[in-house]
Amino acid sequence: MTKKQLTKDPLNLIITGVGGQGNVMISLIIGNAFVRDGFLVTVGETYGASQRGGPVMSHLRISKNTQYSPFIPNGCADIILGMEPVETLRMLGKYGNPKVITIINPRPIYSIDVTGGQAQYPELEELIQTIKELSSKTWLINATEEAQKMGSHMFANAILIGALIGSGVLPLTRKSIEPVLRETFPKEIETNLAALDKGIKLVKS
Amino acid sequence: MANIEIDAPGTSQLFIGNEAIARGALEAGIGFAAAYPGTPSSEILGSLSIIAKKMGIYAEWSVNEMVAMEAAAGASYAGIRALAPMKQNGVNVVSDFLSNLVMTGIGKAGLVLVSCDDPSAISSSNEQDTRPVAKWLDIPLAEPGDFQEAKDMTKWLFDLAEELGTICMLRSVTRIAHARGNVKLGELPTKQHKARFEQTHDLKNVMPTTLIPVPSPFRHFLLHMKLDKARAKFESSPFNRYVGPDKPELLIITSGSCWLYSQDAIDVLKLRNRVGILKLGTLWPLPEKFVMQHLNKADKVLFIEEIDPFIERGIMELAGNLPSDAVRPIFYGKRSGHINAFGELNPDLVIKAVSNILEIEYQARDAEYNNKAETTVKSSVPERTMTFCAGCPHRATFWSIKNALKLDGRDGFVTGDIGCYSMAIGPAGFFQVRTMHCMGGGAGVANGLGKLGQFGFDQPVIAVVGDSTFYHASIPALINGIYNRSKFILVILDNSATAMTGFQPHPGTGITAMGEPTPVVSMEALCRALGAQVEVCDPFDIKTSTDTLLKMMADDGGAKVVIMRRSCELVRAKKDKAPYKVRVDANKCIGESCGCDRLCTRIFLCPGLVWDRKAGKSMIDDVVCSGCGVCADICPQGAIVTEAA
Repeated sequence: MTKKQLTKDPLNLIITGVGGQGNVMISLIIGNAFVRDGFLVTVGETYGASQRGGPVMSHLRISKNTQYSPFIPNGCADIILGMEPVETLRMLGKYGNPKVITIINPRPIYSIDVTGGQAQYPELEELIQTIKELSSKTWLINATEEAQKMGSHMFANAILIGALIGSGVLPLTRKSIEPVLRETFPKEIETNLAALDKGIKLVKS
Repeated sequence: MANIEIDAPGTSQLFIGNEAIARGALEAGIGFAAAYPGTPSSEILGSLSIIAKKMGIYAEWSVNEMVAMEAAAGASYAGIRALAPMKQNGVNVVSDFLSNLVMTGIGKAGLVLVSCDDPSAISSSNEQDTRPVAKWLDIPLAEPGDFQEAKDMTKWLFDLAEELGTICMLRSVTRIAHARGNVKLGELPTKQHKARFEQTHDLKNVMPTTLIPVPSPFRHFLLHMKLDKARAKFESSPFNRYVGPDKPELLIITSGSCWLYSQDAIDVLKLRNRVGILKLGTLWPLPEKFVMQHLNKADKVLFIEEIDPFIERGIMELAGNLPSDAVRPIFYGKRSGHINAFGELNPDLVIKAVSNILEIEYQARDAEYNNKAETTVKSSVPERTMTFCAGCPHRATFWSIKNALKLDGRDGFVTGDIGCYSMAIGPAGFFQVRTMHCMGGGAGVANGLGKLGQFGFDQPVIAVVGDSTFYHASIPALINGIYNRSKFILVILDNSATAMTGFQPHPGTGITAMGEPTPVVSMEALCRALGAQVEVCDPFDIKTSTDTLLKMMADDGGAKVVIMRRSCELVRAKKDKAPYKVRVDANKCIGESCGCDRLCTRIFLCPGLVWDRKAGKSMIDDVVCSGCGVCADICPQGAIVTEAA
């Protein structure tokens, strides 16, 4: 068993975004790193039909001794990693609480309801403000923007993983993430590792 | 997908339930696996197919679930352990064969059917519960309560099937199948497979190798004996267990993912010393003695299960046999209204039921926070309706269908079925699809509609099927339409993959599950051989596609076929770079004053196109746009510009 300690057991982490952004990939990397460190991990994914542009969420339950259910009970999230801002607020609405910590990529992905005019996307500044008010601490990480500078918006995922471990909210280190990242992205590992470091740097700046 | 073949006994891996089931089958020494893709079951065969060659086993994507099940039975008859995983709808497709298979029995080698049910129909057309099928057809049934059990139970069911001589069934649900958790690995077998169908001509001993379901009453009697044997074994199964105090105030009886929700709920409510849980793993036949031993533990019993009251009714039936002076507990569950008989459950629904019965006040979070969180989400979070991916050929196809039906002017419509294209019931496909049932269902429905001319019916009917669905379930409907001269157009949306479930190959792709090249079963050659008039179009060529559909609608002959052929965008994007760099020329786009009613962003609705509220013009979201360039052809101003990428 691991010597690393959880701040709370189970530790409940939500990763949220829009179908196609890479939600499942992030949860898989984080989950695998925890299992290798000796924890019991349950990951609940909402995908399937919703991978076609719908809201997606992964619930990670990390524990020393219990295999928890793949659903975080309402109001019981400890950390929310939001790959998209409005989806972060959607999660806070159901799973947030005064202690929750949020890490968000503020780049909006408009839904067809917004594009078609049936719904309105909130003003970004107000949206971020609301997220801050509903969180005990919020980090803004311009992951998409930074990833595009590195060649592709898809590197945003590694940047966000970097931000997550760099923030210190999880008992995970770069050392435990790197081997999993190497196995997941053998082809573009150098850029992904650079993106990981970028995320760590951004969250600490 | 995870490496399910990793030879590291005793180590913990993070597997989805489906990978755990596949690993369990590997540890059981299967030699054969056959399936048709269907969410949430697809990764079972998917993960086996990747490692099949390396592990010396055979795995195939069959044309449909029935053939998969029959093929797996064939392997069992020749002494090879075989697995047939499917989604809940697949069990219906298989049921005719199954109802005879239970009478004949299996071969010397174990045969296991896995059904992955989808409560709430997250990726399905319905939320059918397949547990009653096991009861209906006298099949021993088990359901795993976590990821470890998904592996261990699968392995064990092969031994059980061989011992009983009958097919055994594992039922999983989306929240096990598609959730991930720790799985401690066991040993992989090293035994070589040897297949042979043993034939005996000894009349006294005719039963073992003449696999026929008659004489039926006698076979039925034998089957009931097998079930009695299964029940006796289940009485001491480690998959059934009780956790909690000796005398709980409330006894929860549950199984599967609901076992996890129940533990969550009593943890959150801090009721470990007041509530006990009887977790069942073997669901049919129920282990009667084991259940009855625990039933008198508490005065109150709550059944927690998803969809049908399967355990609830089974145990109430057992309680009906208690002596008349016995004390019966109060039963809570679906009958009492404490648990819904529809939709999936979760920890919160269990918390609600338990706190209601025990009269406990529970508040998930601070009231002020709760109020603020709920009201802001309600007032400011927009809906995110599902849609076709950017660059999806289906969007272009339904655009042509919509325009052709409109130009034809006789109020024509579309019948459909199951696949990504089901989304055409909504804004993604411009609300064109009017019926949706099972695989191939739309083609069958069109057969009937196309024969109503004598009753004054004159609306054109278009049946849409996917390429994989065409092979799975639409060919008999097309033959029927040609034979009976029914008037409809079968549009095959050929995106060269079973896209909805993860891009699995099918008979039209020229490749097998194990990656071997194989002859293409040409859908156009097949349709022409059946006598249908066949046209092949590129859906991205909207003009030709629309004209072809219009021409076919005007023709009075029988069933016709249009193949709309273009690769799924997600498959294409993995292989090639985007064909175009697309941008909106801000000088040409005149926004609301155009008169097009924002055709691109209000009607066409590709997620790669967005509306810039401040500028009052359309623009491309370069994170989402796939560079297909179709939108350039629909803009009346020519404001959408494609440039070589």
